[in-house]
Amino acid sequence: MEASTQRVGRLTIHDLKGKVEPDWCPGCGDFGVLAAIQKALVELEIPLHNVVILSGIGCSSNLPGFINTYGMHTLHGRALAVATGLKLANHELTVIVTGGDGDGFGIGGNHFVHTMRRNVDLLYVVMDNQIYGLTTGQTSPTSRIGMKTKSMPFGNIEAPVNPISLALAAGATFVARGFSGEQKHLTELIKQGIEHKGFSLLDAFSPCVTYNHDNTYQWFRPRVKKLEDDSAYDPTDWTTAMEKSLLWGDEIPIGKFFERTDVPTLHGAEPVLNEGPLVHRDPRVPLEVGRSFIEELM
Amino acid sequence: MKRSFAIGIGGAAGQGVATPGDIFAKIFSRRGLHLNAYNAYQSIIRGGHTFLTIRTGLQEVRNMGDRIDLLIPLNQDTMDRHLRLLGAGAACIYNADTIHPGSAAEGVQLCPLPVSKLADITRNKVAQNTLAMGAGLQMMGIGFESLEEVLREQFKKKGEAVVAENVGVARAGYDHAAAHFKAFPLPLPRTENRYAILSGNIAMAMGGAAAGVKFYCAYPMSPSTGVLHWMAAHARKAGIMVRQVEDEIGVVNMAIGAAHGGVRAMCATSGGGFALMSEGLGMSAMIETPIVVIDCQRAGPSTGVPTKTEQGDLWQMLGAAFGDYPRVIAAPLDIGDCFKLIPEIFNIVDRFQCPGLVLCDLLLSEGRLTVDPKELDFRPPIDRGELITAGKGGPSAPATNGAYKRYQITESGISPRAIPGVPGHIHTVATDEHQEDGVLISDEFTNPIKRRAMMEKRMRKVAGIEAAVPQPALVGPRTADVTLIGWGSTKGVIEEACEILTEQGISANQLPIRWLVPLHGEAILELLKGSRHTIIVENNYSGQFARYLRSETSFVADGHIRKYDGEPFMPHHIVEAVKDQLAGKTKLSVPMHEIMV
Repeated sequence: MEASTQRVGRLTIHDLKGKVEPDWCPGCGDFGVLAAIQKALVELEIPLHNVVILSGIGCSSNLPGFINTYGMHTLHGRALAVATGLKLANHELTVIVTGGDGDGFGIGGNHFVHTMRRNVDLLYVVMDNQIYGLTTGQTSPTSRIGMKTKSMPFGNIEAPVNPISLALAAGATFVARGFSGEQKHLTELIKQGIEHKGFSLLDAFSPCVTYNHDNTYQWFRPRVKKLEDDSAYDPTDWTTAMEKSLLWGDEIPIGKFFERTDVPTLHGAEPVLNEGPLVHRDPRVPLEVGRSFIEELM
Repeated sequence: MKRSFAIGIGGAAGQGVATPGDIFAKIFSRRGLHLNAYNAYQSIIRGGHTFLTIRTGLQEVRNMGDRIDLLIPLNQDTMDRHLRLLGAGAACIYNADTIHPGSAAEGVQLCPLPVSKLADITRNKVAQNTLAMGAGLQMMGIGFESLEEVLREQFKKKGEAVVAENVGVARAGYDHAAAHFKAFPLPLPRTENRYAILSGNIAMAMGGAAAGVKFYCAYPMSPSTGVLHWMAAHARKAGIMVRQVEDEIGVVNMAIGAAHGGVRAMCATSGGGFALMSEGLGMSAMIETPIVVIDCQRAGPSTGVPTKTEQGDLWQMLGAAFGDYPRVIAAPLDIGDCFKLIPEIFNIVDRFQCPGLVLCDLLLSEGRLTVDPKELDFRPPIDRGELITAGKGGPSAPATNGAYKRYQITESGISPRAIPGVPGHIHTVATDEHQEDGVLISDEFTNPIKRRAMMEKRMRKVAGIEAAVPQPALVGPRTADVTLIGWGSTKGVIEEACEILTEQGISANQLPIRWLVPLHGEAILELLKGSRHTIIVENNYSGQFARYLRSETSFVADGHIRKYDGEPFMPHHIVEAVKDQLAGKTKLSVPMHEIMV
C-alpha cells in the first residue's frame, strides 16, 4: 500500500516497541514477523501516528498491542472489513492488517476475497502457522491433508486453501509469501507491500512451535526458495505466478509472486474522495445542496 | 371527524401501479393537501398482486384510514379481491374491455371505461391506467391542467409525441367521466401549502446527510434498501462515501472502521441482516466507537414475509450482542420523525461513544407521507462529543508511548477519544477487555479490580444517556377513559383511533414511546398514574413492548391490541378493540385485516 508522503527520520526499533512485551510462546514465528514489521517501518520512516495496524483474533492478532502505532484489535475474521472502512474515512493513513490463517482464510474468508477484488490500499500480513493456536491446536484452513490435530485426530481429510492462488484469482494486485525465518527477505517484502498502491497480501510462514509439529522451522528451511534468486522470474506475469503458486513440496517458493500497478485503488476510484480524506471535511451538507434534495421531493 | 379521500389502485407487479400512484400523490401535494401512501405488495418482480392506498386530506393524514373512496382495479384479480371493500358513496373505475365487475354494495358507483374506444391500445399499453387517472381526477373535481402538468414532467424525456399521446389519453378519460360518471359530492380542496413527499427510508437517509454522515454502507435487504438507494444516488452531491458490502457482517465492521477513523458512519438493514451485525455491535460498545444502525423491521422470524410490516425485533435489539454495555434504541414515530431522529441519535452516540439503534419498520420505511419542508432541517445541532482531532506538537513530533489514555476512568464514564493520525495520542483499541491505556487485561494481565473498574466506567455512561434523552409525554387530555400505549410507527393510527373514540363519547389519549432505551420507566409510571384503562397496541404476536415495559417497571397494562398478519393497523381495528375491551369482552384483541394482499 501507499506510504504516507510525510517521512520522519531518527526512528529506531526502540521507538516501535509497544507498551507490553509479546506474550507469544518462546520460539513462536510471530516474533520474527513483528520484528520485520518494526524494521520495515523504521526503514520507511513513516510518522508512527499515521500508521494503523489492525488485527482480528488469535495469537498473531495480538500484534497491535506489541508495537507503537495506532492499533485496532477487532473481531475474529473482521479486521479487513474494519480496515476498509478506516481507510475510506482517512485514506492518508498507512493501514496494515495482521492476523492468522484461521482468522483470514477461515472465518474471514468472505471479507478476504472481497477486500482483494476491491483493491483496498492496505498491506495484509497473514501469520500462517497452519494450525489454530490460541484455541490449543485444531485444524486450520491451511493445514495439510493428513495432519493430525485435536479436532481431526485421525488426520485432516479436507484439502487446504492455497492463499497465493486464491489471492491471484481474486484480483489481488500484490501477492507475496515470506518466512519468519528469513528476516531480511521478509522485511523487504513488508516494505514493498506497504509501498504498493493497492491491496497487498503477504502470506508469512510463521511456525507454531507448540501445536504444529509438522511444519516447523526445520521443515521449512530446506524447502523455501526465493523467487528473487531466479533472475528470469517476472512478477508482472500473472500466469507464471499462478503456476508458481501451485508448487508445494520439496520446493516451496517465497518472495513476490505478482504485482501490477495499473489498477486503481478503492479510494482512488471514488470521486467523493477527490477533495481529500472524509475525516478532514466539514460534515455539513451545504444548505443549497440540502434544499435541492428536498426540492426533488416536491 | 377529519375529512379525507382515499384511492386504492391494484394490479399485478409490473402492471404499472406505481406510476398512477406517484402522479396522484404529486397532484395532491401540489394542491397543498396532505397525503399518506401505503403499498401492500408481495416479494415478486412480475405478477402477483399489489395494492396501493393513497389517502389525502386538508389535515394531516398519518395512516391508510378505514375507507376507500375510489378503487382503480387494473386487473380482474384486483376487482375480485377489493370491490367488497367499497361502501355507499364510493366509486370503482375499471377497464370495461377486460374486467367484469362483481356485485357491489348499495350506493357504489361502477364506472366502466370503454378503453379500446377511448384510446389506441395497440400503441399505449398502459392506456387504461392513464384513462382511469383522468376519469378519477375529474370526479374529484380537480382541473385537468394539474394532470397535464405532471404528465408533461413525467414524459418530458421521451419527447413531445409521447407527452401529447399521454395527455390526449388522459383528456379522453377526463371527458368521458364528465359525460358519463357522477362526480364525488365534495371536490378536493386546494391550499397554498407546499409539501415534500417522502418515504421513511428517504427521510432516514436525508436525516443522515443532515447529521453529517460521511460513510454509509449496506447489503441490500427489504425493506431497508431504499436508504441505500437514496444514499448511493446522492453520495457525490452530499460528499458521502457509500459502499455496498459483501454481507451485513462486513457492513457493520466497515461502518465501525470508518467511525473509528473519525467520521459519522451509518448503516441500515432488516431483522435478518441485523442478526448478523450483532457481534459488531458488541465491538462498537467495547472499543467505544459510536455508530448508528437502522433496522427496518419486517415480518419474521427468518426470511419471514419480506414485504410485510411488523414490530417484532424489539427483543433482538435489547439483547443484541452478548455482555452488558450501554446502547441507545429509538423508534421513529412517523416519516417526518425518521428524518429528525437521525441527527438526534448521532449526537447521543457521539457523546456517549456507544452504538445507537434505530428501530424503524416497513410501514414507515416504504410508506410515503407529506412533510412540511421546514421540518427537514439541514442545519440540526451537531455534537461530536469529546473527540480529539488535533494533536500536540504538530505532525513532525515523534510519537511515543505518551500519557494519553484512551479509556481513562472518568466520573461520566466518557473518555476523550483521539482518532488515528493525531500525533501524541498513539494507542490501541481492543475488543478484549483492556485497562485505561488500552493494554489488554484478557490474557497475561487479567485483573478483577481493573475489569470491574472498566465495566463500571462504561456502564456509568447509562446515567448520562438517561439525562440526555427526553422523557415521553401523553398526547391528548391528561386523563381519559382509555390510554393507548404504542411505540414507533403506530403513533399515527392510534392518534386517529383516539379521535374517533372521542367523537363516539369515549375519551382517549395516547402515550407514544420514541426512546426505547433509555425508557424512562419512572416517568412512564407517573404519566400512567391517572389512566383509568390502559391498552398497549403493537404490531407483533407476543407483546414485545408490553413485556419490556413490565420488565422495566412492573407495569401491567389492562389490555392489549396486537396484529401480526404483516399488515399495519387501520383506525377501526383499534376503535373496535377498545370498545370490546372496555365492555369487558376480552383483554387481548387481534383484529382481522380485511384487505387481502
